[in-house]
Order: sequence, then structure tokens, then C-alpha cells
Amino acid sequence: MMPALLEVEDLRVEFPTRRGLLTALDGISFAIDPGEVLGVVGESGAGKSMTGAAIIGLLEPPGRIAAGQVRLAGRRIDTLPYEEMRKIRGREIGAIFQDPLTTLNPLYRIGDQLIETMQTHLGVNAAEARRRAIEWLELVGIPAAAQRVDSYPHEFSGGMRQRVVIALALCAEPKLIVADEPTTALDVSIQAQVITLLKRLAREKGTAMMLVTHDMGVIAEAADRVAVMYAGRIAEIGPVREVVRHPKHPYSVGLMASIPPLDRRVERLAQIEGAMPRLSAIPPGCPFNPRCPYAFGRCRTERPELLETGATRAACWLYDAASERHVAGARAHG
Amino acid sequence: MAEQIVAGPTAAAFAAATEAARDAGPTALPAFAHAADAGPMLEAEELARHFDVSRPLLQRLFAGEARRILRAVDGVSFSIPKGTTLSLVGESGCGKSTVARLVVGLYPPTRGRVIFDGQDLAQARADSAQRRRMQMIFQDPYASLNPRWRVQDIIAEPIRAFGLVTDRGAQRDRVAQLLTQVGLSPLDGEKFPHEFSGGQRQRISIARALSSNPEFLVCDEPTSALDVSVQAQILNLMKALQRDLGLTYLFISHNLAVVRQISDRIGVMYLGRIAELAPAETLFTAPRHPYTRALMEAIPDLDMTGRKRIPVGGEVPSPISPPPGCPFHPRCPLANERCRAEVPALLPARGTPESVVACHAVEEGRDHIEAPLAVAAALS
Repeated sequence: MMPALLEVEDLRVEFPTRRGLLTALDGISFAIDPGEVLGVVGESGAGKSMTGAAIIGLLEPPGRIAAGQVRLAGRRIDTLPYEEMRKIRGREIGAIFQDPLTTLNPLYRIGDQLIETMQTHLGVNAAEARRRAIEWLELVGIPAAAQRVDSYPHEFSGGMRQRVVIALALCAEPKLIVADEPTTALDVSIQAQVITLLKRLAREKGTAMMLVTHDMGVIAEAADRVAVMYAGRIAEIGPVREVVRHPKHPYSVGLMASIPPLDRRVERLAQIEGAMPRLSAIPPGCPFNPRCPYAFGRCRTERPELLETGATRAACWLYDAASERHVAGARAHG
Repeated sequence: MAEQIVAGPTAAAFAAATEAARDAGPTALPAFAHAADAGPMLEAEELARHFDVSRPLLQRLFAGEARRILRAVDGVSFSIPKGTTLSLVGESGCGKSTVARLVVGLYPPTRGRVIFDGQDLAQARADSAQRRRMQMIFQDPYASLNPRWRVQDIIAEPIRAFGLVTDRGAQRDRVAQLLTQVGLSPLDGEKFPHEFSGGQRQRISIARALSSNPEFLVCDEPTSALDVSVQAQILNLMKALQRDLGLTYLFISHNLAVVRQISDRIGVMYLGRIAELAPAETLFTAPRHPYTRALMEAIPDLDMTGRKRIPVGGEVPSPISPPPGCPFHPRCPLANERCRAEVPALLPARGTPESVVACHAVEEGRDHIEAPLAVAAALS
């Protein structure tokens, strides 16, 4: 069997601080196939952006990968020296960040940024790179691309800039795109255009994509599978349809229920009591146990691994054969 | 519950109001307020706010440029009956936050006026007894709380400023009561803002806003900076407070799903004007303005019922040089010659007279509401 394009195995990221070692990511494992879109959701501080940063080798110091592996097309990339990794970024992994202004160099014409990227990574000559730059701008829906190729970033609106960033991430034809909140800074009407575009390009080019966002609507629309993160761990992972419609982990259940519905008014939204713990105070056992309505003895002492629940895998003791009794109880409640 | 709060006008009153509005011409709205039991808490009449964004005079003279005026809000009228919530939704730059600042007097209007409980806002602002009746909650709870003050002092500040309670002990009791009311512990008063999460900070902002016993709260994107599970907590809290204290809200948001949960009526803004103003349920079940319909069609679908998300083409034009005629016409599939030339007035819509809509296509009946927007365009 072909190995997955991206494999993340038991990834652990630590931050040494004056008050001791903080574990920001703990035991993260997942894989993405070519042409597949994996959504990563969670609340701020859950570690979703950090997972992306760790994969592309851009963790903010003093953060460091303390354990685990990241493999791209079978090759281990988390141990590569900076220069090697820099070549992989851009050529094999494209990154799209939330704020298009910080990604684009304000002093360069957008065409030059595209041309430079393609010359560096694809080794094409200047004339060919320029021709392709215009083609890419047309592909991402920039009107009058032949003229706009010589414009500066500030001459574009937010939505148009984000399209340029997408063109820039894709132009070297990477195998993997890591997109961190690519539509969050955009208005809803523009958001739809950008998502449709990203999804289409991933399909057409067979690019794998890791899509990090806090917006379940975006995930539901663009992702094939989704990983729900909580306190630096994956709480649940599975096909997007299953996780959205039939979440299994009590945290995913609460998260889905707290999304305000568009098609009706509810008197009182479901809410999860309390807040996600800080990294310095992650409780022993399951990190969700203090907020979990189904928590029992084992949840407070023993950390659950991802367990099969049927269509998805959830890090929850309710789905362990040894806790059958409690599952029955929880289902009766639910 | 919602039905009890919305003291909605009767069908007959509607018909009359609708007729009156048609006769009175473009600026008049149906007289919702007079038909409701309580008078309006707040009325905005033809409110406008322009900003001069010209370059400095000398540069302008050299370059031979004219002044550049940004019309952030350009003729907005609405009224909010007591005890109800009006929401303004729209994309960035549509002027919704400027309206919020205008109605609490943070900006003086360029044109038009705000009437607060029957009194001109400028007068009301001069009187501290009136001023304490309105408060504002901001989007970013990290920026709106002084990091060097203890929470109890942050919350007590309006009490002291308005001289509502002078006795120190009584002030402490009031702060404790407010903290409890927003779901925090009285002991939290001793702490500093950095010790709290975003959701808890927004609770502190709400407690501070409530401390002067206001009747009217302007909430500018109060949950936009929060995570979705925390957002649910804050929305539930805001609804409970409205029910318990009889508060009136002007709620500003870009999130239609959030707005549906909290509003009695909703105004959809586009480029400084109201495109459509309707009761919440009507807006969602029968959106009329092509922009409202496009927004609804553009929202990501969580249920994945197979509905195709139809993006709105194009982008919001610059409010410095808005297009002539209807501001939405460059993006509107229903636009024709009239739309490109004539600014549409806010009129009761055919078929759903409880909605007022600024659209020539709706007025002329060529909007085919039963079909998706793209199909409607082909039909008309």
C-alpha cells in the first residue's frame, strides 16, 4: 500500500518556560492522503495552529518538537536542518496564513513574487515564469491578470490579496498545503469564493491539504476528514460528515451543539460549562474530564488514547470495551 | 417567549403603516413604534456620518485632487421598541459599527439625528441621569478592560462616576451582585483582567456595562472574538439578562446565525445604508433584497444537505466612491438600467409587507423569490 502523503506520528511539542516545561502538543497522530483535505478544528489555544507550524518547521522558539515524527511522502522532515527545510517549504509544502498582508512582501510587485517562487523551486526561465504567473492569477480569479501582475499588494482588496497568497502557495505545485485560517479575515461572501477555489485546486492538482480553522461551517464544506483538538491533543478524528452529524467524543458533542443554527431560533444554546484548561494546568487523565458530563473514575486518572467508535476514533474512555457499562449509561442520557 | 417580547403590530396596523409609508415617499418607515405597546427606546432618523479622508491640503493642491469623503453611514433610519433587540448585520465596511458609535454619541452625526427615549441624543448625553441609561459592550475584551485595575474597580467605575452608590461597603455589595449576575464569583473582583479567559473577560465587560443600571445596551460584535462554545455562554447570558432586566439591545454582528438567535428585528446594511429591515423570522424565511439572499446563500452549510453554496460575485465597492444608483448593482444579478441610475428607497416589500427593502427589482416584482438568485436573474 502507498504510504500517506503526510504522516504525523505521536508528535509532542514542548515550551521550556521559567515556571517549568509546558507541553503544548501531546501525542498528535494523523495522516493525509494525496488530494485529501483534513480539517483541524478547536478553540483558541487547543494547538491547531501549532500543529501546522510544527509540520512546516516554523515553531516559534523556544517551542520545539520533543518527540514523534513528521514524514512527507515517506521522508522524515522534522529533523532536517533549517536550510533543507526551507527548500521543502514552498517546493513541497505550501503555506497559507490568515493575514494575507503579512505573507506578501509589500515592496515587490505580486508578479515578481510569483515569478521568483517559480524560478527558485521549478527552475523555469523568467519569461516562462511570467507566463505561468499570469495563468495562476487567472486561475484564482483575478480579473485583468495580465495587467494586475505588475501591481503591488496594497493595490488589492483583502479578498483579492488572499487569492494572490493562494496562487503563491500553489504556484510551485507543492504536494501539501498547510492553510491556517485562510478565510477568517474575509467576509462571508468572499469566504465562499476562496473556499470553493481552494477545494477545486486541491482536487484538480491532487494536492493534500491541512485546513486549520475554528469555523465548523468552513470545515463542513471543504474537508473530507476532520480532527477535533482539545488542550493540545486530538479528541476525535473521522469523516467530516460523521463528526459533524454524529460526534462521539463528549467535547465534540458539546462543540457541535453550541454552534448557533442558521435555520431556526433556539431559546437557549447548548453550552459547555467552564473553559479549556491552560497549558500549565492540564488535569491528569482526560484533559476534558472536569467539564465532561459523563466523566467517571478512570477519566480522572488515566489518559485515553484514540479508540474506535465506529465511523470515527475518539480519545474517550466511554468507547473502551472495559467501560461498556458507562457507555450504556451515557447513551441513555444522550 | 420571543413572541411575548416582540409587541408586534397587528396586520391592520401594518397595512395602514405600509400605505402611509408608500404615500410619504422614500424616507418614511412603517410606523412600527406607534403600533407597539411600548414607545421606542431609540430612533435613528436619516443618520449619516461622513469622514474626510483627504490627503493634506498642500499635497492635494499639488496633485490637483478634490477632497475625498468616506460615507461610512449615509442615511440610516430605524427605531428600537423598548425591551427588544434590533441587530445590524453586514460585511466589513458596511457602516454597522459606525452606527453603533453614533447612537451612543461617540461620534456626532454629519446629518440626521438620534432620539433616545423621546429626547434628542445631544441633550440626553449632557444629562448624567440620561447618560447612565445607555452603555456599550465592545468586541475585544482584551482591549476594553484596563489591565492595571482590579476587576472590582473596573466594574465599580461607572457606579462611582455617576455617583449611584457612595458608600464603599454598598459599592462592594453591588459589585459582588453584578459578578454573580454574569456568572462569575464575587471573589473574582480581587483579580486582574489577565487572570481571565476571553469569555470571562467579556462577562466582566457586561458586568461593568450593567453597573449603571442601563436600559439600553449597544453591543458591537460582543462574541466575535470568542470561541464558539464560549459564544454560546455569552449569548445565553445576554438573553437571560434581557429577560430579567427588560433591556433593549442594539446588536452589531457579521454572523447571521448569531443574529438569528438574539434578534427581534434585523437590519442588513450595505455600503452605509440599510438594504433590508425585517422581523428576524421573516428575514430568514423570506429574505427579499438580492444582497440578503446572496448572503444567506453564501453561508457555509453545516448540515451538508447537498445545498450548493453560491458565492456572491465581486466585492464591496469603496465607500469613498460608491457606485451611482443602488450601491449593490455592480454585484447584483437582477440589476438593470434603473438600478444603475436611481438610488432605491426603503419600501415595504410586495408579499412580505413587514419587511422594508431598498430594491427596485423587489418593488417592480421581478425578483422571483421562489427561485435561487441566479435563476431569478434569468427569469427577470
